[in-house]
Amino acid sequence: MRHLLTIEDLDRPGIERILDRAKSFTEVSEREVKKVPALRGRRVLNLFYEASTRTRSSFELAAKTLSAEVINFVSSGSSVEKGESLKDTVQTLSAYRPDLIVVRTPHVGAAGLIAGWTDAAVVNAGDGKHEHPTQALLDVYTLRERLGSIEGKRIWIVGDVTHSRVARSNIHAFQKMGADVTLCGPPTLIPRDIEALGCDVAYTLDELEQADVVYALRMQKERMTDSFVPSIREYAAQYQIDGRRLGARQVLMHPGPVNRGVELAAEVIDSPQAVIGQQVAAGVVVRMAVLYELLAGRTAPDRATLPVGAPA
Amino acid sequence: MSRLDHRAQPPADLLIRGARVLDPREGIDREHDVLVRDGEIAEIGAPNSIDAPDGAEVLDGEGRHLFPGFVDPHVHLRTPGQEHKEDLDSGTRAAAAGGYVAVVAMPNTDPTVDSAPVLRSLREAARREARIPVGFMASITRGLDGEALTEMAELADAGALGFTDDGKPVHRAGILRKALQYQRLAGRILCLHEEDPTLSGRGVMHEGEVSARLGLAGIPSISESTLIARDASLAGYEDGRIHIQHLSARESVAAIAEAKARGVRITAEASPHHLTLTHEALLERLDTRLKMNPPLRSEDDRQALIAGLLDGTIDCIATDHAPHAREEKEVPFEEAPMGTTGLETAFAAVYTELVLPGVLPLELVVDKLSAGAALVDLPLPAVRRGEPANLCLLDLESSFEVGEAGYESRSENCCFAGRRLHGRVLATVAAGAVAYRRRALSVVGAA
Repeated sequence: MRHLLTIEDLDRPGIERILDRAKSFTEVSEREVKKVPALRGRRVLNLFYEASTRTRSSFELAAKTLSAEVINFVSSGSSVEKGESLKDTVQTLSAYRPDLIVVRTPHVGAAGLIAGWTDAAVVNAGDGKHEHPTQALLDVYTLRERLGSIEGKRIWIVGDVTHSRVARSNIHAFQKMGADVTLCGPPTLIPRDIEALGCDVAYTLDELEQADVVYALRMQKERMTDSFVPSIREYAAQYQIDGRRLGARQVLMHPGPVNRGVELAAEVIDSPQAVIGQQVAAGVVVRMAVLYELLAGRTAPDRATLPVGAPA
Repeated sequence: MSRLDHRAQPPADLLIRGARVLDPREGIDREHDVLVRDGEIAEIGAPNSIDAPDGAEVLDGEGRHLFPGFVDPHVHLRTPGQEHKEDLDSGTRAAAAGGYVAVVAMPNTDPTVDSAPVLRSLREAARREARIPVGFMASITRGLDGEALTEMAELADAGALGFTDDGKPVHRAGILRKALQYQRLAGRILCLHEEDPTLSGRGVMHEGEVSARLGLAGIPSISESTLIARDASLAGYEDGRIHIQHLSARESVAAIAEAKARGVRITAEASPHHLTLTHEALLERLDTRLKMNPPLRSEDDRQALIAGLLDGTIDCIATDHAPHAREEKEVPFEEAPMGTTGLETAFAAVYTELVLPGVLPLELVVDKLSAGAALVDLPLPAVRRGEPANLCLLDLESSFEVGEAGYESRSENCCFAGRRLHGRVLATVAAGAVAYRRRALSVVGAA
């Protein structure tokens, strides 16, 4: 694997290999010295065009735990605001010879574009409303830890699917791992023809009880301004996961940050069904595994791969 | 063609020997010698029946096809104001290389072609720079603001071929109604870009399975068809004449067919890209050259456009040639401007994707590629004695990879880039003068 741009690039054995390695990394975080030398001397560049606390810090922690050097490049106050194009920025930063670039942008397909402009490996940390593959990997990891396997499990993804890259990556990841996915949300926030991805669509929570896993999406307040929902109050009344709707044997997930009292009621956030904290913890080990997968054993770009004098 | 302008060229003296002449409107489909003298078609005869007069150049047409030259009622030449994308010279060079003998430029330039002085200076520039005859449309509303009508009568007198706010719809029905009423005075067709902005929203591609998959905001088909239905209704009520630009959706074809059946004076065009590509192409590669407005739609929509061409609902093929500079297109998909170039590939794309597989007959394609002339009240090019020579000579056997040798256009945002297409234009004679000749084209002899 050269880059991680979308979950669609991974097959089930590929996902399992990354998650197994992630599992083996959990032990590192238990140590007094939380560091292994696996990626010593490698350079990881975090290129973030959108504010992100947890994803960026999670990647940074993952890279540092593996002893890689980390450079953070955030768009505010940078050349981007002076009108530099994405291509020029990437080519400029590539002169620092990063081995891997973690990129988050508000634009669909930008991570793929960047991969074409640099020799470094590229990890998509969110490209617009398209994909967020490491989120999907850590979600599958978390579910594996809780349920053993998700084969045959029914997973409901609830909320604003239209604007969610988490939903798109998770639909693919959950299906590849053998789960059945149902999307539930207001009809204004479920994309037309999304059934083509092989999932079911529901517009009410009436049959939520059939779900083994309830995955609530973040509901952004700005959706009201475009009349996707008439009010947050109405949204919460129809789609909020609360103690009444969440069953005792169901698992509750959320990609964070949570809007308390909107998509989730306070009582379920702190309930034993919720694995939201586990998701965050899984983020670090899963991202370590992704960095390791892309960098370990791979020759650094643009350097001789053959010893001098070896037959070509 | 007095409302068209181009740089005066010496009239051609040319004998095209033995080409398969196909002019469906003239009912010609066989090998002929065609003699052009002083820019006019002087003689059409059996192969090897015509002797080359002194000074005439002889082109070997054997195994090749000679068509009436193509006319494109919808191109963007970006002049004035955006000459970094295209200018009158490069745009008409691209047109000639595609077999076109006349093109009609849209007014969404900077400044907008919305007053007689701007139009006059543009026509003057065309007389200096254009390789083939160019006509200009003026805008329906000032500065394309959708609010205030241009001085349509004066613009028509100054030579506007028609009126359009292309790139934008005339969103307010009341304004379009007034333009239709004013058409009785100004004459000339109103060409309409049909799109309801409240339905298109921030959409960047067709709304459907592919947009759902990619997470890109979609432009629904009904954004186009609902406005067509509204405007057909307005045109019917005012007995105006309208032309619908770049049809893309099945619902739109149905809306046009229905209006035509009611007797509304309405015509429509479809582009080579909408006829040959679908939104599925974006799954292979999220290529900004595939971003245009209206967007590439579904296979079902494409089939409806093909059926519309076959049954006459769609009157002509127009490229909507829309050049953009490399740095403007080399950005994430959502950021890129809408548009693809098309003049140099129009025939080859339609021929390769629709004629070769037997979907459309060649004569229909040849007809539709120049039928747009009629919309703007221009004479249709004809392979007929005494007509000014408006011809294109093609080798249908020859194939090429789009973009492999660069483009005549100043821009390279062609949605067919990298595809192998059949049907190369070898020479174009526009308004009696040689406007394009492929370098490799053998000249049998100049006596």
